[in-house]
Amino acid sequence: MKLILTEEEQFLKDTAKNFAEERSPITHFRALRDNSDPILWDKDMWSEMSKLGWPGIMIPEEYGGSNFGLSGICVVLQECAKTLTPSPLFASGVLGAYAINKYGTNEQKEKYLPLIASGELTTSIAVDESSHHNPYDSELIAKKNSDEYVLSGKKTFVIDGTSSDLLIVLARTSGEKGDSTGLTVFVVDSNADGIDRIKLEMADSRNYANIIFDNVKISSKNILGDVEAGGEAIDDILDIGRIAMSAEMLGNSEAAFDTTLDYLKQRKQFGALIGSFQALQHRAAEMFCEIELTKSSVIAAMRAADERSNDVQRLSSLAKTVAGETLHLVSNEAIQMHGGIGVTDEYDIGFFLKRARVAEQIFGSAKFHTERYANLSGF
Amino acid sequence: MTNLEKFREDTKKWLDENCPPSMRNGADPKLPVDEVWGGRNAKYKNPESKIWLDKMGEKGWTMPTVSKEYGGGGLSKEEVKILNEEMFFIGAKQPLLSFGIWMLAPVLLEYGTEEQKKLHIPKIIKGEIRWCQGYSEPGSGSDLASLSTKAEDIGEKFLVNGQKVWTSYADKADWIFALVRTGAKEPKHDGISFLLIDMASKGVSTKPITLISGKSPFCETFFDNVEVPKENLIGELNAGWTIAKKLLQHERAFISNFGLAAGMGSKRDVVSIAKKHLGEENGKIKNNFYRSEISSHKIKEHAFGLTLKRAGDEGGKASATASMFKLYGTEHNKKRHELMVAASGINGVAWDGDEFEDDDKNLTRAWLRTKGNSIEGGTSEVQLNVISKRVLGLPSQ
Repeated sequence: MKLILTEEEQFLKDTAKNFAEERSPITHFRALRDNSDPILWDKDMWSEMSKLGWPGIMIPEEYGGSNFGLSGICVVLQECAKTLTPSPLFASGVLGAYAINKYGTNEQKEKYLPLIASGELTTSIAVDESSHHNPYDSELIAKKNSDEYVLSGKKTFVIDGTSSDLLIVLARTSGEKGDSTGLTVFVVDSNADGIDRIKLEMADSRNYANIIFDNVKISSKNILGDVEAGGEAIDDILDIGRIAMSAEMLGNSEAAFDTTLDYLKQRKQFGALIGSFQALQHRAAEMFCEIELTKSSVIAAMRAADERSNDVQRLSSLAKTVAGETLHLVSNEAIQMHGGIGVTDEYDIGFFLKRARVAEQIFGSAKFHTERYANLSGF
Repeated sequence: MTNLEKFREDTKKWLDENCPPSMRNGADPKLPVDEVWGGRNAKYKNPESKIWLDKMGEKGWTMPTVSKEYGGGGLSKEEVKILNEEMFFIGAKQPLLSFGIWMLAPVLLEYGTEEQKKLHIPKIIKGEIRWCQGYSEPGSGSDLASLSTKAEDIGEKFLVNGQKVWTSYADKADWIFALVRTGAKEPKHDGISFLLIDMASKGVSTKPITLISGKSPFCETFFDNVEVPKENLIGELNAGWTIAKKLLQHERAFISNFGLAAGMGSKRDVVSIAKKHLGEENGKIKNNFYRSEISSHKIKEHAFGLTLKRAGDEGGKASATASMFKLYGTEHNKKRHELMVAASGINGVAWDGDEFEDDDKNLTRAWLRTKGNSIEGGTSEVQLNVISKRVLGLPSQ
């Protein structure tokens, strides 16, 4: 397992970098926020990304994708994160594509994967039900009624929850809150009867929703994977998501750090560039080192996932912890080192802080993953 | 069979025939263990330590990539990997610990004359000569380039006067590689030369320094009108600083690897110590506060290990990476020892006597020793300076 990018991945990364810088600078995100855009991502931008084949990176060629794996999409997400580009690429191109390709029946794959690959259909994953990530705490009930299931309950913090066409829902078919068994995953049309999607307004101005399921009737054909095997499946799907989110967070950290470094080289006080002050230099050097550690963690985790290593779970928790702690540090230091303008809305650096704290919560905080890492390591 | 497969087979066979039983897995734990540094005055508690050193030295496998004309193994990178793997499989001990291997030989290969290489490198490889490093001085620590030990040109020879400090094992070493001032004090970097000095020369004396750990791995070394032949100068006169910097990179890389290796390979493991002293419940460390701190630390070390691997995959980069590795390797090593001491409770600060186990007392000493890690070979603060200036391009004041 080599911890360096292949030529193809580097090419993909360069393409994404150019795209993000030219087509989607931070002004693009700012405009969506300022205009209170209803879905907080831009459909034209998404079509352009789709034309580049990005939503299909994780999808096999027979279903219209390019089968480039998690590593391929991670480098794109990392670059897009540098300019805070909002898009359904994470929820749909990573989570939806992976979940359906890995656990779907042939029928489900034929129905959904080509549409995900072309960007015509976007997905969301609905897992959590409280303020802290914990998949096994799911209580949303799926009751069997002859050949169909009836879903009742409420999911929260669903990424792209108001805009997606298809929901991947973790439901309880037996057992109780806290059990890793008795869980089943369903794919549900977002517009099915009984579904109510309520927009969540979060600090990072991205698309999230609470979703209420009120006796939603779905066919047993909509089960993803095996009945009662949803606990394991969701762990696996989430690990892929955690690694991809870590790549995004790495991109966030790199951009916030580079912006700060530029500022240290321009801003003068006491007749000197503030970057010449050792009090700031050492903190900058420490951030550099943390970012280097994050790069290694992310690349090791994405490689492990693509090579189906048996250490994916631990490396996913490692990456999410390291990426989370690094971004936490960098986003705070970036504000402090910018001084007064750092806390103004007019300046972009504050966006990184707000995005950081939300991203840190997605699929488990550093605390959650530090505990999980210990469990998986046998102590 | 490909050449590499053949090499693996031959290596396996050679190790099987030549690696003594007590130098590999399954060795009798009651046998005394030597820390083998070689040299003229080396003493061995276990005679097989010496046999193993001689066998490996003859093969040149203590520096396997160095070419055979200098006594090395002449192996390719792929072959070295195979050698390491085969040694790992049988749990073969490293035959030789050596500043000559880690620091001096690499710079001799780069800067030495043909004669110097042929004279010194084979003896390093065979462990015949034990080297020590003469860099720091009482007045020149972090500001190493301000050093003042003087080497005066007296025709055929240099006349050396001055004092070095923090010379590791100088009292046991045969030769010293030293930085000496041969030119003006200003600009300070331009008047320094890199000189090899036989410790048996008249006028060289050493005095051990007792550390807070109670041990004395370092000495003060004094030079009082020591005559050194001119052919012992490495590189050009007054161009020693470039060599010194290069050598420091080797040293930093070594110290950072050592920090990590010490954590991974040693029997001193923070998890087992915590389980022993704090208790265990369902396989978990019983105390959640310690457990979470230990997990955080393990994650950081894991990420650091991956970064070392990535640097290797990238083919090794400039000195900045060496600074980062030196900084993190040593800081992590300190942190790991703090955690082990804390998890051991009062046993973690045991000093002496029969009421405590050797493991506890040794841990206390080892913990105290780690405090020097982030000072020797360039302090953590110096590493941060290097990173901010050379990598990040931040301006000087």
